[in-house]
Amino acid sequence: MKEMEAAMGLMRRIPPKHTETALSALLSLMPNHSSDLLSQVDQPLQVLCDVDCGKEFILCEYNRDADSYRSPWSNKYHPPLEDGSVPSSKMRKLESEANEIFAIYRDQYYEGGSSSVYMWEDENEGFVACFLIKKDGSKTGQGRRGYLEEGAWDAIHVIEVGPEEEENTSYRLTSTVMLTLTTNNEASGTFSLSGSIRRQMNMKLSFADGHLCNMGRMIEEMEGKLRNSLDQVYFGKTREMVCTLRPPSEVAQMRMPES
Amino acid sequence: MAEEEEESELSDKQKVEIAKWFLLNSPPGEIQYVAKDVKLILNDDGLFNEAASEAFPLYNKSHFIVLPMSDRSGDVLVTSFGELEDNAYLDPRTAQVAIVDHVKQVCTGVRPAQDEELATAYIEEFRFSLDAEILKYVEDVYPKGVCSVYCVNGKDTEGPGSDFELAVVISAARHSPQNFCNGSWCSVWNIVFKDEQQTVEVKGKLQVAAHYFEEGNVQLDAKHECKDATLFQAPEDCALALSSIIRHHETEYLGSLEASYLNLPDSTFKDLRRKLPVTRTLFPWHNTLQFSLTRDISKELGIGK
Repeated sequence: MKEMEAAMGLMRRIPPKHTETALSALLSLMPNHSSDLLSQVDQPLQVLCDVDCGKEFILCEYNRDADSYRSPWSNKYHPPLEDGSVPSSKMRKLESEANEIFAIYRDQYYEGGSSSVYMWEDENEGFVACFLIKKDGSKTGQGRRGYLEEGAWDAIHVIEVGPEEEENTSYRLTSTVMLTLTTNNEASGTFSLSGSIRRQMNMKLSFADGHLCNMGRMIEEMEGKLRNSLDQVYFGKTREMVCTLRPPSEVAQMRMPES
Repeated sequence: MAEEEEESELSDKQKVEIAKWFLLNSPPGEIQYVAKDVKLILNDDGLFNEAASEAFPLYNKSHFIVLPMSDRSGDVLVTSFGELEDNAYLDPRTAQVAIVDHVKQVCTGVRPAQDEELATAYIEEFRFSLDAEILKYVEDVYPKGVCSVYCVNGKDTEGPGSDFELAVVISAARHSPQNFCNGSWCSVWNIVFKDEQQTVEVKGKLQVAAHYFEEGNVQLDAKHECKDATLFQAPEDCALALSSIIRHHETEYLGSLEASYLNLPDSTFKDLRRKLPVTRTLFPWHNTLQFSLTRDISKELGIGK
């Protein structure tokens, strides 16, 4: 598995805005490791339009069968696929409900964007749910304030839900956020930050409130943490680096009141 | 599986191109780490060496890497402005030529520059004065900055009467892999001395990059260009005017980088995801049953489709 280690090492160094190119390059260099690469490297999300209802849905490995993707709105594959696998009716009911509620959550935090939720039963009498959000925050996209020349936020949340035990259910959440933001103006030129981070969270929760409520709260907490880490820690570290390269003493002096 | 592999088999040329792409996209100070991983994945030393021999010189020159000269007489900057022939780079301050091993990123030898590689006495006076002022400035503001002033056009000009061009290169890099952080500041100032107009035109290109990769991968990529001008004066006066122009613009740029960072949390980032929902309270997950029963909530909130 030395090759996979090296591949993951490269993904940690290549600028996140080139993730797609880097992944396809690795896939062509290492065809034997394609399934490992596809499961370990997160890539920017793509959307398709559901022809039945005119709504966008997000594509990922979890709603793919052959070369088609299942829409969570109509439950149909695009392009059409006979015998494409679908969740059980019980699972599908929860999935539909999750899609509707998650769309409201997404609108409240993202003021636009697309979301999709996919669910399927696993072998251990539990199930897996995948919550996806894609937001184009650029001024030509859905950036309301118009600050961003380019701005993309992709969030992938995969929750493994354990079987229902006595009172509690175990939830294991793995979340990835990928983002790029670029501002551009005459005075300061092009300023671009891009990044990708992944975190896990495990919880045992009573299912008195229901699965959706438990999963939703975990995702909301995790998204808040990831946003905060990116903003405060990760962007903060790049800012510290700039100040190490050239300490801003002159700027500070200029702004300091005369004593 | 075997069939599939054959189908997707890349040609040697394609493998080299991919390896070069990875090498050239290495963050500041990280090309050796990238090279190690690429070499392992390629698993073909011949192809790797071919890719490395093409990619390293390009990377080194575009990142303005700094190498200690083998005779310990100082540092040499690897830039296209100082490139004489393959692997030979002029250091105008010491009038020496450094022989560079690009892939190992070391200076393997030093020789004195030949007369025809250096500027005339007339030009050298301008170059030397500017170099002295820039050196003072760089020592003042960059804890680990290295700079060089080259004559890039008209180095054989013997006296007043024709135009010539100098280039100031400033390179400051910080590598601290143990803290998962690397970064670089590169500036290039092209300075054209216009004899007829008796003006000096200045064009600056600044590029700042930083990479933080502890449990993630976050990169800053910032670029800026600016212009200015001053009067054609005696060498010492030109040097003072030019170094003060450069100081002014670089200080201003650093200030605008700071401003971009300060705007992030409350304005810029908000267009991607808000800290709190539009309702300013956490999402009411416990009421979701009602949401889905009434289905009117989105209309109530004025966000219905």
